[in-house]
Amino acid sequence: MALTDLTAEQAVRAVTAGETSSEELVRAYLERAEHDDWHSFLAIDRDGAIDRARVIDAMPERPPLAGVPIAIKDALSTRDLPTTAGSRILEGFHPVYTATCVARLEAAGAVVIGKTNMDEFAMGSSCENSAYGPTLNPWDVSRVPGGSSGGSASAVAARQAPWSLGSDTGGSIRQPAALCGIVGLKPTYGAVSRYGLIAFASSLDQVGPFARTVRDAALLLQAMVGRDPMDSTSLEWPEPIVLPSAERLDGVRVGVIEELMGEGIEPGVRIACQAALDHVESLGGTLVPIRLPHAHHGLATYYLIAPAECSANLARFDGIRYGRRALDAEDLLEHYERTRGEGFGPEVKRRIMLGTFALASGYYEAYYGTAQRVRTRIVEDFEVAFADVDVLASPTSPTVAFPIGERTGDPLAMYLSDVCTIPVSLAGLPSLSIPCGLSDGLPVGLQLAGPALSENRLLDIAHALETAIGFDAVPAGVAA
Amino acid sequence: MSTTWEAVIGIEIHAQLLTRTKMFCGCELSFGDPPNTHTCPVCLAHPGALPVINREAIRLAIIAGHALGCEISERSVFARKNYFYPDLPKAYQISQYDQPICGPGRFRYLTPDGEQTLGITRAHLEEDAAKLIHLGAEGRRAEAEGSVVDFNRGGTPLLEIVTEPELHTGAAAAAFLKQLRQTLVHLGITDGSMEQGSMRADANISIRPAGTVGLGTKTELKNMNSFTFLERGITAEIARQTALVEGGGRVAQETLHFEPTTGRITSLRSKEQAHDYRYFPEPDLLPVVPDRAWVAEILAALPELPITRRERWMRDLRLTFEDAEVLADPPELGDYFEQVAALAPPKSAANWVRGDLRAQLRERDQEPWQSGVTPDALADIIAMAESREISMPSAKAVLTHVIDHGGAPRDVVAKLGLGAIQDESELMTLVDRLIADNPVQAQQMREGRDKLVGFFVGQAMKATQGRADPARIGELVRERVSAG
Repeated sequence: MALTDLTAEQAVRAVTAGETSSEELVRAYLERAEHDDWHSFLAIDRDGAIDRARVIDAMPERPPLAGVPIAIKDALSTRDLPTTAGSRILEGFHPVYTATCVARLEAAGAVVIGKTNMDEFAMGSSCENSAYGPTLNPWDVSRVPGGSSGGSASAVAARQAPWSLGSDTGGSIRQPAALCGIVGLKPTYGAVSRYGLIAFASSLDQVGPFARTVRDAALLLQAMVGRDPMDSTSLEWPEPIVLPSAERLDGVRVGVIEELMGEGIEPGVRIACQAALDHVESLGGTLVPIRLPHAHHGLATYYLIAPAECSANLARFDGIRYGRRALDAEDLLEHYERTRGEGFGPEVKRRIMLGTFALASGYYEAYYGTAQRVRTRIVEDFEVAFADVDVLASPTSPTVAFPIGERTGDPLAMYLSDVCTIPVSLAGLPSLSIPCGLSDGLPVGLQLAGPALSENRLLDIAHALETAIGFDAVPAGVAA
Repeated sequence: MSTTWEAVIGIEIHAQLLTRTKMFCGCELSFGDPPNTHTCPVCLAHPGALPVINREAIRLAIIAGHALGCEISERSVFARKNYFYPDLPKAYQISQYDQPICGPGRFRYLTPDGEQTLGITRAHLEEDAAKLIHLGAEGRRAEAEGSVVDFNRGGTPLLEIVTEPELHTGAAAAAFLKQLRQTLVHLGITDGSMEQGSMRADANISIRPAGTVGLGTKTELKNMNSFTFLERGITAEIARQTALVEGGGRVAQETLHFEPTTGRITSLRSKEQAHDYRYFPEPDLLPVVPDRAWVAEILAALPELPITRRERWMRDLRLTFEDAEVLADPPELGDYFEQVAALAPPKSAANWVRGDLRAQLRERDQEPWQSGVTPDALADIIAMAESREISMPSAKAVLTHVIDHGGAPRDVVAKLGLGAIQDESELMTLVDRLIADNPVQAQQMREGRDKLVGFFVGQAMKATQGRADPARIGELVRERVSAG
């Protein structure tokens, strides 16, 4: 068995038991990361990673994550490692500080091996909006890996890293996890510090893990979760994250979101999800049909709130203090226009313009104000639902991985990729995607969502289902 | 019949708060340090950095709100104010918009004409911009060779106070601002330096026919960095608007710049160029919901407000408005005065502290509360002078001696032999001798020129080196001249 076949949890155990070393693991993954047929990575830190692995190997006692390597989405600030957020405007930018979540993982003994590709500033659902070229899906290189955290998803699917970090604003962890056949967890808003996460939409952005198993995702969350004085929206976590071990679902009520199991969902996806849900009952749980009356407004709401916030968040990229700058501008206005005009890609510009318009004097109430009120209705829908059920289930993505180029000319079609994940994001709830089968040889993801702060319960339920489903397919091009 | 015009003026004040660190990060505030030595990823707006509210700024805003007579909001919200400029690294200023920390109120203040009040619309917290420095061309932007940014100031906490448009003259605006500044400085909210820009005032000015209630088109006048400039700037703008309207023109809504050296008013930007700031609630920060117990604790720990103190002095100590105003500023002077007034007649204490003590100390670059003249010592000097144990000139000499050499006033009097001559016969002999020596003046006095008594008193003081009691000498001179 190759080292790269181990789950992260197994790798931690193997290093701790002295069966292998951090350096061996790091070298094995670097080997695969450097043969990057899928363009998962934007930067690889071979020398730094090996140095850090050696330091961990020399420790008298292994730290909790034992020097197991990890890949980090390029939206997270990493000191001295290039951080571009997939944008030309940050080409060559080396941050002066490391994001809190990455620093916590490093303190727990994870070794960062590189930065992964993404849609520019996390705006996209296919990774095609990266200024540095698209990432390819390890299951089928003619298809997208999903996005925006496409590189982090493909890296795990292609065994270039045992796990990785992504960020999820409207589905950017869960959707690529589904399309790449791995586990992706978006924690409760505030569970993981956003300090150092290059902001897309501040009220929605949340960092979370990609992994091959639910237990690995839990292990990574365990090391990151909790209050950070540098992020006012981060939460004091009420209890430690526990590695899930449930095998049964006795007494568990799983709500099936009716609006997301019908029209607009590809038949193959629906069938795979339904088959996965059948396990709920065989494990002792109950399926309950649930309606979320305002969920169908989710997409419109999201595409007002997120662009509005991004129009301000991305205003700092002005070429004055760092990043790319247009040279020889005649005056300040030309400096701004050219720096930003040349630095940002078309989707980013589209959203900045949308958001600027939504916030403009005279339009604010009609657009941003209305969106905030609908957001509140959606939150209330979930509150009502969770009075009846423990978790909600739906497909993660309405389709399997789609062909590269299929939706690039049609922004609305692209936006629909996140129709299942967006309502949960608007409500700030914890949610994950687990692989639940294949449709025409491509993975399908099942989305589970729970009430705020219910991570431990959600992970337990997901673990029981994951075990029952027994998804063990590996992309053909990846098998050792 | 020609119309008379009435000006309507509202003021916006920006005061830098006396916190140790910036509004949203841990960088220390500084003035005059080398450029860009107080910066971090947050105040430089590096990718991924997030703001965190400075609790001390909230505390100071609560105190300010109380002193302004405002409601303290149970819940206030920070908002992003969006515009591009190199001195604003995030390209939005974190400010407060529709839910400020201090709601409406009325600020009470004292003027020579009695108590005044001015409506306060609101007061809110925000962060200051960085400092843009234009190189070459004497700092003028248009001809500058280049511009550089010093981010040390960027992120300094500011309290913006907005008044209702209830003022009508530049002088009234200046009088209000003086009292407001005194209040804020006394409470330790700001250092209030208008010269250094830690307190800045803009005025919104319009005119209307006297006796009407509507509001005319307003202009916003900026850059008045002293009370005098504020008064002059407003007066000039009222004159400009009046001349414009009387000449058949119309006032345009614009932002104006007052140039103190020339008194000229120039346009910065017109309404058409006005920004749409696209305010929206700052998603990186939670609403500010100050704990009630904490607010109560803050207000309980407050010193007496300057206006309360001055009213108390005027009522209980019978000080004039002017005495009270001068003695209340700075607060340390007020504390000193109160200690003296507890030991000596308050009016005399006021006269001495305001007058001789400060005058003599100023020559030596000292302040009363830092000087060797303790309140006890000054009270002793006052007591001796009032009881005529020493003459007034002697009392001043004793004060000088205490300032320069220290010592207890009574010991100084003994040491310098300054005790007043109490012996009536000695004084009588002296007066008789002076009358004999100056027969012409004595005769003129007898003929009714009573003013000459001053001449004799002066002679007596000279002869006794100030140890005679001038009042008693005067009485004796009149008595002996008419007797002679």
